[in-house]
Order: sequence, then structure tokens, then C-alpha cells
Amino acid sequence: MSLIGNTTLTFSEEQAMLLDVAREFCRDKSPMTAVRAQLDSDRGFDQALWDKMVSLGWAGISLPESCGGSGLGVGALVPVIESMGRAMLGTPLISSALAGQLLLRAGDAQQTERLLPNIAAGVPATLALLDNGDWGDNGIGLILDDKRVLRGVKKCVPDASVADLFVVSVSFEGRAALAVVRADQLVAGALGPNALIDQTKRAANVDFSGVTVDEENIIVGPDVAIALRDVRLLGALLVAAEATGSAAACLDTIVDYLKTRKQFGKLIGSYQALKHPTVEILTATDSARSFIYHAATMVDDDVLDTDAEIACRMAKVQACQTLLYAGDRGIQFHGGMGFTYECDAQLYIRRAQWSQQQFGDVQHHRKRLAALLLG
Amino acid sequence: MSASEQELNEFRVEVAAWMKDNSPADPGFLLPQTFMEVGDERQLDFLRNWQHKIWSAGYLGMAWPKEYGGCGVEPIYQSIADKEMRRLAVPICFNVIGLGWAGPLINDIGSEEQKAKYLKGILNAEDVWCQGFSEPDHGSDLGNAQTRAVRDGDEYVLNGQKIWTTMGNFAKYMILLARTNPDSPRKYDGLSFFLSPMHVSGIDTRPIRKLTGEFGFTETFFTDARIPADSIMGEEGQGWKIAMKTLQYERGAEAGAAGGQSMVRMTVEDMISQLDGVRRDGAPVLEDPVVRDQVVEAIMEEKALFLGDRRARIGHLTTDYPGSLPLSHKLRGTEMTRRMRQLAINLQGAEGALYVGDDDARQGGFWQRAYLNSFSATIGGGTSQVQANIIAEHVLGLPK
Repeated sequence: MSLIGNTTLTFSEEQAMLLDVAREFCRDKSPMTAVRAQLDSDRGFDQALWDKMVSLGWAGISLPESCGGSGLGVGALVPVIESMGRAMLGTPLISSALAGQLLLRAGDAQQTERLLPNIAAGVPATLALLDNGDWGDNGIGLILDDKRVLRGVKKCVPDASVADLFVVSVSFEGRAALAVVRADQLVAGALGPNALIDQTKRAANVDFSGVTVDEENIIVGPDVAIALRDVRLLGALLVAAEATGSAAACLDTIVDYLKTRKQFGKLIGSYQALKHPTVEILTATDSARSFIYHAATMVDDDVLDTDAEIACRMAKVQACQTLLYAGDRGIQFHGGMGFTYECDAQLYIRRAQWSQQQFGDVQHHRKRLAALLLG
Repeated sequence: MSASEQELNEFRVEVAAWMKDNSPADPGFLLPQTFMEVGDERQLDFLRNWQHKIWSAGYLGMAWPKEYGGCGVEPIYQSIADKEMRRLAVPICFNVIGLGWAGPLINDIGSEEQKAKYLKGILNAEDVWCQGFSEPDHGSDLGNAQTRAVRDGDEYVLNGQKIWTTMGNFAKYMILLARTNPDSPRKYDGLSFFLSPMHVSGIDTRPIRKLTGEFGFTETFFTDARIPADSIMGEEGQGWKIAMKTLQYERGAEAGAAGGQSMVRMTVEDMISQLDGVRRDGAPVLEDPVVRDQVVEAIMEEKALFLGDRRARIGHLTTDYPGSLPLSHKLRGTEMTRRMRQLAINLQGAEGALYVGDDDARQGGFWQRAYLNSFSATIGGGTSQVQANIIAEHVLGLPK
């Protein structure tokens, strides 16, 4: 049994309540018309809706009570993010939560007590990690020089245009460090918004050159590298949770169409050529959901152990593969309708391509799983 | 009084020690990997002796009543014994139709007379049982079975044909699904369930040679065969309901089954172990990046099944399509097994082309044989394609 390893999967009362509330909230507040209304907007989400999510306490779910959070741990976010994925509700929640985790895991007491209450109170934050398109690149290109001035650009920073706080991975005196940058410190024109395949998401290239980082906002030490590794794994998990929700919604969309569309005098859902792949989407989504809640069980505020690392990577692999398959078949099964912008199927396949590229793709994680499992 | 953790642990140690001391040596001939591969008398005698020995030691039918050959203890003991048998990879308990289908059913809803007549012989392996459900023209469509049973005085007269009868040529009894009323409006309501004797005039069996080259199943022909009227289980017309009831015992001792392993353990881990010494491009096969990727996929598939079983117990996490996890279990499990066994052979290098009988075949051709046999599970009990239809219609609500 050692290869199959840890198969713990539990679900707390708090998680169950969060799931119930989040499901209902997202269904009511984020119908497809609301999602589509944001596709071309600058911010990509409705501020009033974000305020409501903050008032429900979601921005602080995974942060300690001492910092204004609810102290439920990052696993408690999984049911919320899955529900948001199901409703295709894009807000800065994932970015903010991960920025909070990075500060929590790497910062000293003074830094976490000063910065985290803002995040718990709903001030949007994000993390800027990518120097290039390679999630497997362990080097850090952005330089923090000895005068505390930054030099370089981060790519594809999620929710950059609304974030008030950036947690940036930097190279400082030759070692990995973190710099916390406020949006008002950025020079004019620093943001270069990306045109994204997923129009429910927002990201930008951010040029941090010339920003002088406050001394108290520099995080150094051996915890930084570990925190960066762990937050990438948590990022993989949260994206997996979101993708699993989107895959479930995509499945519902397909099933609805198969039950109503007629061709050759029959409901197309009666054809096995469509039935059987739809069942494959169902069983794959089932597996994805099992993996994300297993991973949610395995992670906590401590340094992630090997079982947790395996769980997060497997969750990312299964969820992304599932959404890629569901989204792809979703287009095909809608026939000519599926080729239109009006058909919701396009939203899911675009989301699939976005999710696949966050925190390492399927191949990235399977390669690391091979090392963890096979030596 | 339920057993304490310590008592159970002591039992675990005891049963493991017994298995290690008593597990028979390799007999020098091919042993069945599952109960569906008992092809000759030599194999039958070997497995019969082994099951008898386990029963005599008190590790089979543990939760069944003492007066019928059981031990009358909590099912958890049998579950532990089963786990140890699996872990230690001892030979199988072959009388599976008796242990896991007929026996629990009789124990559950049978008369005292039936219990006294049948249960002990199932446990001690004296009475081999077989199953007569599938018919040549009604493989996956079990509810449409056409074999006739007509009441005539104190007897039923059987006419028709069954197929895929496991150990039909060795069996003393059969659980039989036959049509007593051909005119019932619902096809299911015309079926009845029998505990039929096999050694009567008019019942003939013909062994089927499987794709592996081995035997294990028969065709079974009924020609004016007369069986006692009290062979019926329940009432006429309840056959389908009773047949469905037998499925619930598949969940093991806790659900009523006598226990014992019906097949040799073959996990992804076993699949990887068999690659010991296999080389590819001059290096160990597991260093090859493409192979590693495929093996990770296989591990994930197996792990997903375990995790699905865990999640299925959490109500909040199964609200989407209730019934999805249990109804898809057979499909996912058997297809995963088939793919994994094929991978096992594909990774063997040139030896992958060898078969049972070749001295160089890896583990005597164990995985080649296992792969070919895996189709018994993706076809038997409703093909994967029929399973997919059932899931599409009953879970997703898609039209027929």
C-alpha cells in the first residue's frame, strides 16, 4: 500500500457549512448573465459582490484568528473555491488567499500582524512569482539591490490591476527573498494588462523597476524558499478546486443540452457516442473531487509534508485533465452552437486552458510525482 | 460486546502467523488467479484442500452461525482474516459462488432446513456452487433470461441454456434464475430464483475454453430436467429481486459474505515490483521518463478509486449526482485493472511477448494471463458499455 500511500479524506462541520453557504451564494449571485456581463469589464468582477464575499469572511478563512481571520486553515477554502469555479465567479479571492499564505508562512510576527489583517479585511492582494513562462524555473530574475530598489518584470501577475498589495519573489543578495509592494509605489505605466484566453480572469505583466521597498517589507531567511514551494503547491490545489467546480458546471451544461437537443428525430443524449464520453467526464470529475478534498485534508498551516505535496500535485493533474477533457467535449457536443461565442461551452474550455497554466501544468506535476513515488 | 482494539490486533497477528505457517508450497502446476479459472481436477483438489484447511482453522465463515459451520463472531474478525490473506497473497478460496452469493443469501432469508442442508458444505468446500444467470442470447440483459421452469406436481421442469457457468462441471448446486411466468407484463416479474441441484438427469455441462487457453466456465444445458419444487428461493416471481439481493454481499464479510479471497492480489505496486531487473535503453525501466509518466497515471487511477470510496461516505461531498460513485465503481475498477495489466506487459520489453509455458516468461506469464483474464470483469456482470449506459441513464438522467 505504500505507493498508494495516505488516503485520508475528512470533511469538518465548518467545511460542510462553508460548502452549503458558498454553493447557494455563488448560484444566486453569479448566474451566467452576471458572469458574461464582466467578460469585457476592466476589473473582471463586481465590487459589490466582492464586498459581500468579504463580509461573509471568505477573505480571512485561511488566516489565523490573531490576524483577523477565522483560523480554519487553507483546506477550508477548497469548498468555497470549488463553488466559485462552478459559478465561473472570478474575483481576487484565490490571489489574496495565496498572498496571505505566503506572508503567513515566510514573514516574521511583526510582518504578519501588520499585513495580514488587511488581507483578512478584504484588501485585495496578489503574488508575483513568474519571471518567465516556466513554472519549473527555480531561479528568480527580479533583483532587489542593496539600496532596496527593485529591477525587473513579473509576468502574468493575477489580479494585478485591482491588487493593493503585491507579494513579490525577488533575488536579494543572491538568495530568495520576498518584497511586499503597495500598489501606490508602482511607477506610472508599470502594469501591462495581459489579453487572457479566460475572459473571466485578469492578469498583467508588472514592471517593478524603480520601486524602493520599505525595509520592514522585505522578508528574508530560510523560510522563504520553503514558503514559496508550499504556496505553489497550495496554488495548485486552489486552482484544482476551481477547475473541479468548473468541470462539474461544464458537465451540467452538456447534460442539459443532451436532454433537450434533437437530431434525426431523437434526443441526442440517447446516442451512445455522446453518452459514453459524458460518463467519462462524470467519473473524471468524481476523481477530481476526491483528490481535491483529500488534499484539503492533508494541508495545514505547517510546512507541507510529502503526503500533502503528493496530494496537491495529484489534485492539480486530475482536475486540469478533467476540465480540459470536459471543456473540449463540451464544445464538440454542442455542434454548430458550440462554435459560437454565445454558447457557454467556450467559457469552460477557456477556463481549462487558464487553469492548466497556473502553478505548473499536468506534465510539470506528473514529472515531480514520478520523482516522489518512484525515486 | 464488541471486540477491543487490542483483541483485534492480537487476532491479526495470530491469523498472519497461521497463514505463513500453513500456506501451501507452490504445487508446480499453474494455480488459478481467480475463482473463474479452475480448469482441472488437480487445481480443484488443491484449492478444495486449502479452503478446507482455512475453514478447519476457523478463519472462514467466522460471522456465520456456529450450528451451520461458522464461528458466530463479529464480522470484523473475518474482515481482518481476509485482509491478511490478501496481504500475504496466499492461494484463493475458490468456492466463491457459495461463499459470497448463495451462502449469505441462504443465511439471510433461507429456512432453517436450507441453512442446515447447505451452509456447512459451502464453507468446508465439499459442495461446489455455481451460478446460472447469463444466457447465450442475454448476456448483459439479465432481466430477459428465457430458461424455463414449469411447475409439475412436486417438481419444476427446466428447459433452456445458461452460459458462463463458473465451475459448472464441478458444481453440486447452482443458483439459478429461470422464467416461471413467460406472460408477466414486466419481464422481471416472470423470473424465479432456485437453489438447483446439478447432478440430475437432463442437466449437462460443456467446458468453455477461454482466451487464455484455460478452462473455468461451462455452458449448461437443461433438457426436461426435474428438480424438487422446494428448490425455489422465496416465491415465484421474486427471482429478480432476490438476484439483485445477492449483489449486496459483494461488499464482504460486513455485508454477510463468508469471507476468503476470490482472486490473487494485483495492485499497481505489484505491477511495479514485477519490473525488477527489466531494462530499457540500457538502464532500469523505471528510469525512463515516458515509462515513469505512464506509471504515475496508473498509480493515480488506483488511488482515485480508494479516495472515491472514502468520499462516498461523506454525504456533503456526494450531493452532485448521488449514486454516481457506487454505480460507477465496477466500471472504474475493472477498466483501471484492465489498463494496468496491459501496461504491466507492455513494460516488460521483449519478454512481454512470452506466455505461460516459457521458462523466460516473467513470473511464469502471470501478467499476460492476468491481462487476458481481466476482460472477464469488463464483460461479465454487465459489460463496461452497458455499465456506461446505466450510469448515463440512471445517474445523469440521459434518455434511453
